[in-house]
Amino acid sequence: MSFLHTLIHGNEGGLKTDGLTPTQKVTLRAVIIGVLYYGLSALEGMMMRAHAITPLPMLNDTHYFSVMTVHPIVGIFGSTYLIVFGAFTFLVPYLMKKPLYSIKLANATWMLIALGALLAWLGGFLFHYAPLYTLYWPLPVDFKQFDALGGFVFISGIALIMIGTLGFIYNIFATVFYTEEGHEKRPFKPLLLSALGIDGVLNIWYKMTGREPYSKEPAVSLPVVAIFRGTIDTFLDALVILTCGILILVYIVGDLSGAPMDYTAVNALLYKNFFWWGLDLIADGLVLIYIAGSWYLLAMLITGKKLFMQNIARAALLLELIVSWAVWSHHLLADQGQYNMMKLVSGEMVTAFELVTQGIAIFITLVTLWSARPLKMTNELKFLLGGILGFMLAVPAGIIQADMGLNRILHNTQWVAGPHFHVAILVGLTMTLYSAIYILWPTLTNNVKLYSQKMATYHFWAHLVGGIGMGAFMGMAAMDGMLRRTLYLEGEYQTYMILAGVCGLLLLSAWVVFLLNVVLSIGVKGLIGIFTKSKLQTKDLVPQT
Amino acid sequence: MTDSVDVLNMLKIVYTLYTLAVISLICWFGLEVVNPKGKPRIVKASTFYVYVGALITVGVAIHIVTFNKIPWVEIDFKRDSLKAAQVVNITIEDHKFMLPSPKIELKCNEYVMFDVASKDLTYGFGIFRQNNSMVTQMQVVPGSKNDLMWKFGKNGVYHLRSTEYSGPKGAHMYIKDVFEVTGCTEDDKYSQKRGSL
Repeated sequence: MSFLHTLIHGNEGGLKTDGLTPTQKVTLRAVIIGVLYYGLSALEGMMMRAHAITPLPMLNDTHYFSVMTVHPIVGIFGSTYLIVFGAFTFLVPYLMKKPLYSIKLANATWMLIALGALLAWLGGFLFHYAPLYTLYWPLPVDFKQFDALGGFVFISGIALIMIGTLGFIYNIFATVFYTEEGHEKRPFKPLLLSALGIDGVLNIWYKMTGREPYSKEPAVSLPVVAIFRGTIDTFLDALVILTCGILILVYIVGDLSGAPMDYTAVNALLYKNFFWWGLDLIADGLVLIYIAGSWYLLAMLITGKKLFMQNIARAALLLELIVSWAVWSHHLLADQGQYNMMKLVSGEMVTAFELVTQGIAIFITLVTLWSARPLKMTNELKFLLGGILGFMLAVPAGIIQADMGLNRILHNTQWVAGPHFHVAILVGLTMTLYSAIYILWPTLTNNVKLYSQKMATYHFWAHLVGGIGMGAFMGMAAMDGMLRRTLYLEGEYQTYMILAGVCGLLLLSAWVVFLLNVVLSIGVKGLIGIFTKSKLQTKDLVPQT
Repeated sequence: MTDSVDVLNMLKIVYTLYTLAVISLICWFGLEVVNPKGKPRIVKASTFYVYVGALITVGVAIHIVTFNKIPWVEIDFKRDSLKAAQVVNITIEDHKFMLPSPKIELKCNEYVMFDVASKDLTYGFGIFRQNNSMVTQMQVVPGSKNDLMWKFGKNGVYHLRSTEYSGPKGAHMYIKDVFEVTGCTEDDKYSQKRGSL
């Protein structure tokens, strides 16, 4: 069979999209757009990597920082949010054994987020709007540096993403709580207690006091608890970002209408606290919780066994809820106006608990896998182990920088960008998502055969080595004083940057190979067919066989 | 006196060893979990609790150790009650540092208070050695008190750089050889400059 034929029709006939349910299609749409946005983000990353080696003539300062501004927006919202939301849109009803609350809303969600990410990207690409994702007040409304129209486009994009996010949240909560047609009424209280993980705490308490368990069979499975818990942070985060977005939009509209407003009316430090409280609910809230939930689910699916220490895992998810609300001050350890006590309690001590909560998730997942050996080294297992490794590296790196002594010399250096959040996102988070994609692949595609296992293996190793390597060389540059968000024009850190660039190329090549493998498996026809209306008028998640 | 070079060197060693240990652990786990001769094993609950105890200990110990070993932490905590021998007032506006003088001389082993104000955006204030490694830094937030107390223990000549992004116009907020520390018995070998200021 020719390569061209396989490319168009897929491997062994490819994806038969006529047989896909609406839920399968909406999930695949979100995931595919998310994977494409990942590629765009990786390309932007490589542009910046190349510029760090030697300044590129095509990138002036304004252009460079606009790329830096849209890079995380595309990567986090355009890619990660879409892949995660897509997967959970399928998994929550799948695990709850009932249909998704609304397929229409799920379609609106991915479209709003995809459109929002595109608009935000255009704000950077066309107008070079570049306040970075941190949006430190009053930089987003500094119209001496930025075009207000660019700001309007960018912030409108972010607002659309947040509205789409609220749609996802509503759909997930509604799916957990609603009673489907023909089913006896599902009581609200046990569902809520279980979804919050409170039944796990009660079970531990009842056991300690010598009583029968509060709930022998929890109303909500553990991965759904994690998704529910993480979604609470997603909601709060969306509210904060929307509020800041509206504030910025008010100033933008004022400027565009010829009535500029006084930016000193907003206290920059107070705003920074508020914004970081919300933004940190992504990094230290929903990501960690969603990841823990995904690991638990993957471990159970890979082993076919129950999770080790279920009640502890449920309780730990509740603990993470409280921890994630109280850690934002670690982003303000270098702010001398921030109270020392807030730095100490929120910035250092409560943040250190993330080592505990994430450590518990790692332990429980590994022990569950261990309890079922010998296992087969499948793609999902190897990517899961890669994801766990990523967080084993990145979380301690974060705890280290969340120390008042070390933060003084690590804040805003490449340490934050490299060993901490790029390793967390690229190795920890993304490899976990790839594991989920590989394990859901047969269910979502009705058993399309993967085109090439060799390509999947290359994808794994190139991504793992590239991700860890890039983080390591950025970290080494940080030790020698290299800041993030700063241009070095005299080749100060060139050796590290060349090595980090090579690792970045590995990462990019991993994505190209993965995408090619997917397209060759399902075929271009199958790929297009995913975006057409489903011919199956059913609320079932997968076709009835 | 311990300086940032010492701390970062120690961090390099500790984190590199940790990284190698963790990678080795996952490699070993990956090999063993698929070992055809491997038997399923149930881990005791007590092992889990010991592990959680170890995590809590490590999480807290990091901060206790750094508080006791890194001198600037205590200075930072007590800066309101410590008397500065020298106060350096700096203002930043329109992406420009306005210094009290082009070259600022600092005395060894005396408390210096850097009091930096921003008239518009959020900036950073960072002191760097001749080899570009960082001595110290803080954020400079408009409308807030931005005071950093420091004690230099080695002779050297240091650069000033904004450590926070303030828009593309702030990309080159960098002034070489602003601070000179004298009077110490030891030289900062990474901050020596030929000739005088």
